[in-house]
Amino acid sequence: MKITRELVERIAGLSRLSLSEEEKKQMTVQLEEILGSMAALDRLTLDGEHALQERENVLRPDEETQSMERTELLKNAPETDGEYIIVPAALGQEEEG
Amino acid sequence: MSALLDLTVLELGRAIRKGEVSPVEAVRAALAVAGDGCGGAFISLDAEEVVKRAKALENGAKKIENPLFGVPMALKDNICFTGLPTTCASEMLKNFRPPYDAYVVERLNNAGAICLGKTNMDEFGMGSTGETSVFGPVVNPWSPDRVAGGSSAGSAAAVSRGGCWYALGSDTGGSVRLPAAFCGLTGIKPTYGTVSRCGLVAYASSFDQIGPLSRDAADCAAVLDVIQGHDCRDSTSLPGAYGYLLAGLTGDIRGMRIGMPVQSFGDELDPEVRARVSEVADVLRNRGAVVEECELPALEYAVSAYYVMACAQAGSNLARYDGVRYGHRAPGCANPEELHMQSRTQGFGAEVKRRILLGTFVLSAGYYDDYYRKALMAREQIKQEFSRLLERYDLLLTPVAPGPAPRLGESLNDPKRMYLSDIYTVCANLTGLPALSMPCGFHSCGVPVGVQLTGPALGEDKVLNAAHAYQQETDWHRRRPECFGKGGTDRWSGRR
Repeated sequence: MKITRELVERIAGLSRLSLSEEEKKQMTVQLEEILGSMAALDRLTLDGEHALQERENVLRPDEETQSMERTELLKNAPETDGEYIIVPAALGQEEEG
Repeated sequence: MSALLDLTVLELGRAIRKGEVSPVEAVRAALAVAGDGCGGAFISLDAEEVVKRAKALENGAKKIENPLFGVPMALKDNICFTGLPTTCASEMLKNFRPPYDAYVVERLNNAGAICLGKTNMDEFGMGSTGETSVFGPVVNPWSPDRVAGGSSAGSAAAVSRGGCWYALGSDTGGSVRLPAAFCGLTGIKPTYGTVSRCGLVAYASSFDQIGPLSRDAADCAAVLDVIQGHDCRDSTSLPGAYGYLLAGLTGDIRGMRIGMPVQSFGDELDPEVRARVSEVADVLRNRGAVVEECELPALEYAVSAYYVMACAQAGSNLARYDGVRYGHRAPGCANPEELHMQSRTQGFGAEVKRRILLGTFVLSAGYYDDYYRKALMAREQIKQEFSRLLERYDLLLTPVAPGPAPRLGESLNDPKRMYLSDIYTVCANLTGLPALSMPCGFHSCGVPVGVQLTGPALGEDKVLNAAHAYQQETDWHRRRPECFGKGGTDRWSGRR
């Protein structure tokens, strides 16, 4: 599997990670090496015997239960107004107000 | 060195219940080591709170009849405990204080356990050496220029140095068993689904399982008796009754059938490790077990299947870190997209990024069939081979790692090599089976060597019994490193 710089840029974007030039170079080499070492998977014989088992869903009754206090949960939020979490404007400054 | 530190969990628990030792005395003995650097084993501890808890237990009206009552322990820093931050050794969660206790913490509290502090680890559990922590590496108690093994490195080092009597770790691909082996401890990854993951920060949810690290198999049994059990907050938690592991420890393994897969003793295995593990077979034979060679050809797919699936799950699980609700937030971002991207880029370390990228790749259009789907098939084949083998054998005996603990820094820039060192441990995670690691001698480079026993699903009793029988015949689990009981400010000394 040949890993290109463009591919690394694409998966970094999908992963919401921004890589430096140095990291891009390093990751291109390392991903190719790691995926190369996974060649064993190519030798796998895919016959019916190894068909994937179906898993069962685990459900619970849809009942009201006590949830955690909002003030407790908000303590870990980086920025709040005491009731809501604050994030930068999604539509840009000029659309505000 | 305090003689208290040398006791096992069961011995100390008995002394406390008899009134010969008080929980406060035990806590002070452990704090003298744990609060004094302890080779980078701890990330946080609150000495005052711990002493308060010990006093409360001492003065409690109701004495709890549990072997763990009053015995100080430590928690890996990916297990939620309301008393201290839960950082996962990551910049991302450096200031995260969980609003609830993990299920295992609830159970331990009810048993009268005392949590001393949170232990260092590979960031988010991603690493086999204990070096990817944002707080710095954990050093091997037996050899300061070698790694303690990951990812539950601090949990292993803390117990090995006498900083606590047992610790909880989590095991996604060997993260309890590998550090146990490198530090000379006994550690077990229980059957998947028997210990609730509620309150364990997720890495790869279909593999993650919490397990104890302690000095011997009997201590592990006592801890599992407390932390195993059904929990409706974890949808993969197995219903049914388990427990009574400690009561079932007889050490009688006469007639037990044990297989040694020849593929686990290939060319990649260090000759000294091979020799130590073969000696274990002899000891078990002398106790009446039948040990013979068997075949496990699917082992060749194990590491690839594991890393494809683990990284895929990591990529999905870690998508929650967006800089919005909790965790690191990058300052000065103009819009939510930038906030998301920058917070993650600043918050995650190199190994975590590598695994997220690998996971995103194997799940992306065009590559899913070549990697993820094949990994699922490989897992199925490995599962089938294990279940066939475990029809013929009660247990499987293998090494824990292909070699002794590597030198510090050796693996950091060679991820491929680090991943390959997980070959013997990942099978238990791919199959969900219980597997234990225990010390079986030393390597000529001075560090302990571990051996692994794998049992059938819910076969913890067999695994622990064989380990117990071995430990009745040998004293490797009683050996202590030179730094035992001394603390050690040689490295980063923790945050108080």
